[in-house]
Amino acid sequence: MTATVQTLEPPKAMTSKLEGELMEVSMGPQHPSTHGVFRMNVALDGEIVRKLKPVFGYLHRNHEKIGENTSYLGSMPYTDRLDYFCSMTNNWAYALSVEKLSGIEVPERAEYLRIILAELTRLQNHASLLGFLLSDMGAWGTPLMYAFREREKILDLFESLSGSRMMCDYMRFGGCRVDASADWLARAKKIVDVFPKFLDEFEKLIVENEILIARTQEVGKLSADLAVSAGITGPMLRACGVNYDIRKVDGYGFYPRFKFRIPLGEHGDTYDRLMMRALEMRESISILKQAFEQIPAGPVMNPKVKIRAFRPAVGEAYGRIEAPKGELGFYLISDGSPNPYRYRVRPPSFINLTILEDLCLGHTVADVMVILGSVDIVMGEVDR
Amino acid sequence: MMDSLEQIKTRIESSVPGAKTEIVPNGSPSQQTSLLVDNEHAREVAKFLRDDLALRFDFCSNATGVDWLDRVVTKKVKMKKIIEGAEKEVEETQQEKIPGYLEAVYHLYSISQKHGPVIIRMRTTDRAAGARLPSLTPIWRSAEFQEREIFDLYGIRFVGHPDLRRILMWDEFKDYPMRKDYREPDDYEYEPTPHDDVLEKAKRHYASRPQLDGAEALRDGGNVNRDL
Repeated sequence: MTATVQTLEPPKAMTSKLEGELMEVSMGPQHPSTHGVFRMNVALDGEIVRKLKPVFGYLHRNHEKIGENTSYLGSMPYTDRLDYFCSMTNNWAYALSVEKLSGIEVPERAEYLRIILAELTRLQNHASLLGFLLSDMGAWGTPLMYAFREREKILDLFESLSGSRMMCDYMRFGGCRVDASADWLARAKKIVDVFPKFLDEFEKLIVENEILIARTQEVGKLSADLAVSAGITGPMLRACGVNYDIRKVDGYGFYPRFKFRIPLGEHGDTYDRLMMRALEMRESISILKQAFEQIPAGPVMNPKVKIRAFRPAVGEAYGRIEAPKGELGFYLISDGSPNPYRYRVRPPSFINLTILEDLCLGHTVADVMVILGSVDIVMGEVDR
Repeated sequence: MMDSLEQIKTRIESSVPGAKTEIVPNGSPSQQTSLLVDNEHAREVAKFLRDDLALRFDFCSNATGVDWLDRVVTKKVKMKKIIEGAEKEVEETQQEKIPGYLEAVYHLYSISQKHGPVIIRMRTTDRAAGARLPSLTPIWRSAEFQEREIFDLYGIRFVGHPDLRRILMWDEFKDYPMRKDYREPDDYEYEPTPHDDVLEKAKRHYASRPQLDGAEALRDGGNVNRDL
């Protein structure tokens, strides 16, 4: 019997040509690296992204309409749910806007507590961002758990102060809800004192990691001009080398009393965005240390403020702060009634997504995940 | 030090011929007065604000809509009237009807000069569904998603916007939820899923199966394992 040699045709799928044709892929909404329910419609040429349109709204609950149907005080707990990683800074931005709207003074101790809590928020936000980003890159689990270990300590602090780990609802217009005890401050100081150790360890893990460098350097470059025009704020803007930090520019709260530096990037790529977070944490630690030394005794709430049945005069105000993700602003219009006539949130992570397509064009699908991770979004704030 | 809004207003009027601007007062302690710009020259005014070397508002931080319903404003006006032959000054209440309009508000800052905010507003003529305003996205890219959001929630159409679609609500949604007179539909559960099609398909799927209750198998001699 003679063996018949067959020349095998390769399977059809391998030969059918896709070159020059774009394939449309819907990435998300249920994907672990989209950081929530976020979808991108991507047109792919092989693995290269040629077009990318983000699709929003899966978490939309019309936060602004709820705000217009709720009293000024009643909106405070809702702000926790915007960027649920950073409820303290959300509270502050809203309280600051109402204070601007009605000209309320804040006691000194409350201002210090706000700075302490905002910087602690920044620490835990940036730490977990680095963890998530490494997770997106394939370092599955371990770095994120290292980051979450540190975040956990800070969340415990938030819990013992406000009663809740993430939905803190801590600030009020005119101050803060409760005072922090000396014991709490000592505990916070201890956590901040050992935080640099975590940073040293973590930076050693990432800064010179070859895989990380390969995946992030020269990936998703953003020019300074585009960043300014597109309203990019926060660490993402500073990674392009634009020196703009609202803590310095507006000098809200008592930030002018503190000595800290603004880290700036050079390339505007994913690596710089990542490093911005690592460097900002060092500055936050320095702010925190100064705050623990300077914090005075005194009331934490302005006794003249009538929080309930609060009716500001007719007018409008826009207040903004440097939240961990960028400029978080609240625009309020009062018509003299107990509810705001217009309640608008300026969400930093929503506006930072404006240039997502520009960053991703020409990169591979795998890079899209890394770039999106470096933008630092929370869908509770993007969709509102 | 930034120019006051009055100075900016006069500079706009001298640099952009024909532009009509008006300062909108603000009664709140925030002191943030804003500039109402006429729609025809809005883009030129915005371009001037961005490119002028002293102002350089290169950063449009916040863009949002506001819905103003028809309002009646009561004013007390002192008038001279002739009562019983003698001229007297009488206070009279007058009611002024202000028709409703939609408004787009932009908060501008300067990153290079580190000043701001300057607030500009544009108003539509009415609250009809086709209300239009010029888009400022060609001037500031940051308005791209925010103007889409205003269109989505308020229904202002931005002329010159590169990609004006709904952004937060789904494409088939009909109304504008942030308008003050918006009423939710009765069917809260409505979502853009083809329920009826799915149910119809399920009916067809089950209809093709024979109804087996075991009785017919016994009837046919108890051979349960018979090939059905």
